[in-house]
Amino acid sequence: MVAEIDQEFLEEEDTQKGKFLTFLLGNEFYGIEIKFVTEIIGFQPITEVPDLPDYIKGIINLRGKIIPVMDVRLRFRKPFREYNDRTCVIVVDVLEVSVGLIVDSVSEVISISKGEIVDPPNLGKGGSGYIKGIGKVGSEVKLLLDCDKLLNEKDLESLENM
Amino acid sequence: MTNERINEPMLELFIFETTQLVEQLEQILITTEKNASFTTEQINEIFRIMHTIKGSSAMMLFNNIAALAHALEDLFFFLREEKPQGVNFSEIIDLVFNGLDFINVELLKLTNGDEVDGEASRLIEQLHGYLLSLKGDQLVQENLQSESDSFIPQQFYISKSKQSGIEGQFENAFQATIYFEENCGMENLRAFGVVNELEGQLEEFYHLPQNIEDDESIPEILTEGFRLFIKTNHSDEEVRDLLQQTMFLKELTLKGIDDLETAFCPFRNELTPTELRGGNSLNSLMTLDQAERDPTKGKPAASAQNHQSIINVSVAKLDKLMDLVGEMVIAEAMVTQNPDLKGLDLQNFQKAARQLNKITTELQDIVMSVRMVPLAGTFQKMNRTVRDMCKKLNKEVSLKLIGEETEVDKNIIEHIADPLMHLIRNSIDHGIEEPHIREAKGKSRSGTIVLEAKNAGSDVLVSIRDDGQGFNKEKILAKAFKHNLLPPNFEELSNKEIYQLIFLPGFSTNESVTEFSGRGVGMDVVSSNISAVGGSVTADSIPEEGATITLKIPLTLAIIDGMTVKVGNARYTIPTISVKESFKPKLSDIIVDPDQREMLMVRGHCYPVLRLHQFYRVKTEIIELIKGMIVMVEQEGKTLCLFVDELVGQQQVVVKALPTYIKTLKEIPGLAGCTLLGDGSISLILDIPGLISY
Repeated sequence: MVAEIDQEFLEEEDTQKGKFLTFLLGNEFYGIEIKFVTEIIGFQPITEVPDLPDYIKGIINLRGKIIPVMDVRLRFRKPFREYNDRTCVIVVDVLEVSVGLIVDSVSEVISISKGEIVDPPNLGKGGSGYIKGIGKVGSEVKLLLDCDKLLNEKDLESLENM
Repeated sequence: MTNERINEPMLELFIFETTQLVEQLEQILITTEKNASFTTEQINEIFRIMHTIKGSSAMMLFNNIAALAHALEDLFFFLREEKPQGVNFSEIIDLVFNGLDFINVELLKLTNGDEVDGEASRLIEQLHGYLLSLKGDQLVQENLQSESDSFIPQQFYISKSKQSGIEGQFENAFQATIYFEENCGMENLRAFGVVNELEGQLEEFYHLPQNIEDDESIPEILTEGFRLFIKTNHSDEEVRDLLQQTMFLKELTLKGIDDLETAFCPFRNELTPTELRGGNSLNSLMTLDQAERDPTKGKPAASAQNHQSIINVSVAKLDKLMDLVGEMVIAEAMVTQNPDLKGLDLQNFQKAARQLNKITTELQDIVMSVRMVPLAGTFQKMNRTVRDMCKKLNKEVSLKLIGEETEVDKNIIEHIADPLMHLIRNSIDHGIEEPHIREAKGKSRSGTIVLEAKNAGSDVLVSIRDDGQGFNKEKILAKAFKHNLLPPNFEELSNKEIYQLIFLPGFSTNESVTEFSGRGVGMDVVSSNISAVGGSVTADSIPEEGATITLKIPLTLAIIDGMTVKVGNARYTIPTISVKESFKPKLSDIIVDPDQREMLMVRGHCYPVLRLHQFYRVKTEIIELIKGMIVMVEQEGKTLCLFVDELVGQQQVVVKALPTYIKTLKEIPGLAGCTLLGDGSISLILDIPGLISY
């Protein structure tokens, strides 16, 4: 219900509609809907929390609010890369759950109209379903992330591994 | 910290308001019961509260609550208007309490997000039945009195002549007879409408039948018409015009009265004795009526002003504020102790920094104090418990409250209400003797329970003291023996230690299980509830003079005293209340059993060792026990040695919950939450009971 209201509210707000924050992960550009993004912060020391899947790096202190941070590389089973000063944490807020996403670097906010977004090709059984669509911007493609799924779907495999 | 449901604001407000009203009502009832009478003011107040509850619950579509409140309102309306004599007060109060209990249960369901499905019809029937029986009594009384007096004693009169004093100074007198249209229904209300209309327009008038508030007057109005006796300075024409406006008017006759004496004498005869007899109550009723009509005057306005200086803020907002202030303190440290400033001589900067520091500290104190709530509310609820218990058990107990203005954190208050109730029940049930036994012992007939709260450092002491028979040492020991609760060295136990046995699970000293206590869960629940908030319970007693149970509770849950330890790069905070001691272990004290479990021998006792770095898979260089530190923790008699790298220090920390995302992902054993350290880094708070039972 909250989501519906949010949706309605946001649809009225033209400024946020169709805008995506793009970031770099390895060689690919990814995009997330701007309405989920609370802020972008530089990388900061993380406090490890035991007994969690490896892609949850721990918790950080965001102005007194304690939020978990997820390494999106590890989440997508990409090799771990040392953090550097380009590393950013994108704080997203989906249904009142705040999570920080660690990405290689943040690039820009772009508008992608509906017509420029195509469904992801069906790659058969291997797809994880985190990609909601593929946006075309000029000659580049951006993989558009399904934030809700990223945060709220439990990664069954890694839970079983523990 | 707060797991409060996020309710719709309207619902939240409804719950909040209604709870307050119900509490207020309970207070009034308790006082009325003590005095065994209702004052006009109290009846008005109860009536008003019921009216508000009815209105708001009807608005929220909680029809059961509304219907019940309506029935209660009816009852008090009757009491207010008719002032019946010889009413059984305790019966009324019981009825109202039952009603309140129902509303409370429904409110609880609402807060928990359940459906409001309680069935109030039985209660409402009860109330209606009672009201009818009251009315019946009233009728009998009326009949009795009307035998001696040809006029009905209950009267409704509106007189402006009081101010003018001498009567008969008006120019005209009329008698008007009004017949209403057939089938217009509720003739008495129509008549009441006429009276309302005339009030303020005409100087003085009386009417027949007089009891137009009652449905029973309808037949009379139908057959003989509604008769008005009017004295006024207005002319015939004006009065006629006024009366013509009456709704559903069928016939109006208006004639002048020549013989004032005969026409008005029945009213006068009636009036004088009433005013002499019940002058005071009548007057107070009148003034209150006026106050009700005119909210800017009198008492209601005064209480409204009191409310204005207090606003209600949700705890979530306060938590947020506290977070921000905590963050500001850290930010301040980051600025004033910035490494860039090192070696610079900045006199003005230092001055300004000190000023900033002073303000932030003050701000922090204020924010903490905002969360503090006086214990008065919780204490006063106990009146109700005492009352109910005394009724059921036929005992006489008076409750004394001392130090109810003592303040504790809001969260703590929620945790101690139940234990307090258990303890009070226990005192009345087991402690205070029956009145005749008390008299035989030479004590006063009615027992006393003193509920006292006072500050002691960063703790609050709440004691429940009764003047009953006290604990029976032999019985406690025998009982403990029966349930295998006795420690091996029971001969050496001191009195206090024996009394402490009653807090063990499965202990109940009363021979027979009663409705209120004696299920063997009471005391044990008390002790576990109190230790859940970091407090402790002690018992003491002098045989035949009474028992005292003391609760020691921390002022706040949001801040705990913690010992911060380091394991690898991670920091953990152990609540100081659980820490027994910390030391560097000696090689000779370490024992390893065949299963490779490590144990430590301390003063002849053997305790298991938990290596935190292994438990939480933290990388550290210190893996030899003798190189690190041991923190011995204890909870509910069980002891565990935690192995850590080193101690960092002891400080007060603000407890924060782990993020919801992590909590839903996985339940992490042994973690109670997290906290921010002075340098802005995060430390995880260990859940000692969880670790020990893991």
